[in-house]
Amino acid sequence: MEKRIFKLLIIFFIIFFLGVFFIALKKSSIYDTKDLVGNRLENINLNHFYEDKLITEKDIKNSDFILINFWASWCAPCRIEHPFLLELNGEKKLKILGVNFKDKNENATKFLNELGNPYDLLTKDEFGKNSINFGIYGIPESILVNSELVIIKKFIGPISAEDFKYIKMILNK
Amino acid sequence: MKKFLIFILFNLLIFNFIKAETHLVDANKIFKNLRCLVCQGQSIAESNSEYAQTIKLVVRDQINDGKSEKEIYDFLIEKYGEWMVYDPPFTKNNLLLWIIPYLVFLGGGILIFFLVRQNNQN
Repeated sequence: MEKRIFKLLIIFFIIFFLGVFFIALKKSSIYDTKDLVGNRLENINLNHFYEDKLITEKDIKNSDFILINFWASWCAPCRIEHPFLLELNGEKKLKILGVNFKDKNENATKFLNELGNPYDLLTKDEFGKNSINFGIYGIPESILVNSELVIIKKFIGPISAEDFKYIKMILNK
Repeated sequence: MKKFLIFILFNLLIFNFIKAETHLVDANKIFKNLRCLVCQGQSIAESNSEYAQTIKLVVRDQINDGKSEKEIYDFLIEKYGEWMVYDPPFTKNNLLLWIIPYLVFLGGGILIFFLVRQNNQN
């Protein structure tokens, strides 16, 4: 009887450790934002880019969908996604909120003058502290939210052709 | 009577001072428990990346605003998920992870018990 329990315990431990290694090795250790989908954005307090005023939830909630785009003039990949943003600018259901991240006003203005301004509303985050409230950890990053400011999808890196199609698909649903 | 009142007042002040001291939140302790999401195996305390510098600023701001350690972790977990902290809080999703060491400990104990008993019988 005791020998049987002993054997069973050994088998249990072998299966247990193999199981732990199997699950742990299969799990990706790269940070993923998919768990943040469904969260609601709160306490939005962004400085308007041109005027001395704060942009809060009330200012951006008046649209079916809002694409919050974090960009900077010093960010090379931001130039890649810019044509997609310009094209999305014409969408009626979508409002694009730009957050100029750790940038100089004159450089950002020059960037927009050169490439075009796709933003319905432009704000700035001089020290990057407000972006933490959006779960940003690098730029470019974009967040697609609905009118209740619930995250539909986060786009890490520049918006690609696939991301662009996805946004269009959501808008035309 | 006057001396007694001064004594009481003095003690109250000392007590409040000690109480205030113990409520201080250690920023470095928090930095060490936060994972730098853009670095390879570094904590926020160890990293000099832009992201780590910003997180440090935000944590310091929150400490100055009187937020507790738990409130700061909760805020960052809400924004970046549990992956952000090295010491995740006890939730139903990681229940097994917290219980497994105790189960292994218990199982090991039972195993040793039977081994010793078997040896004694032989």
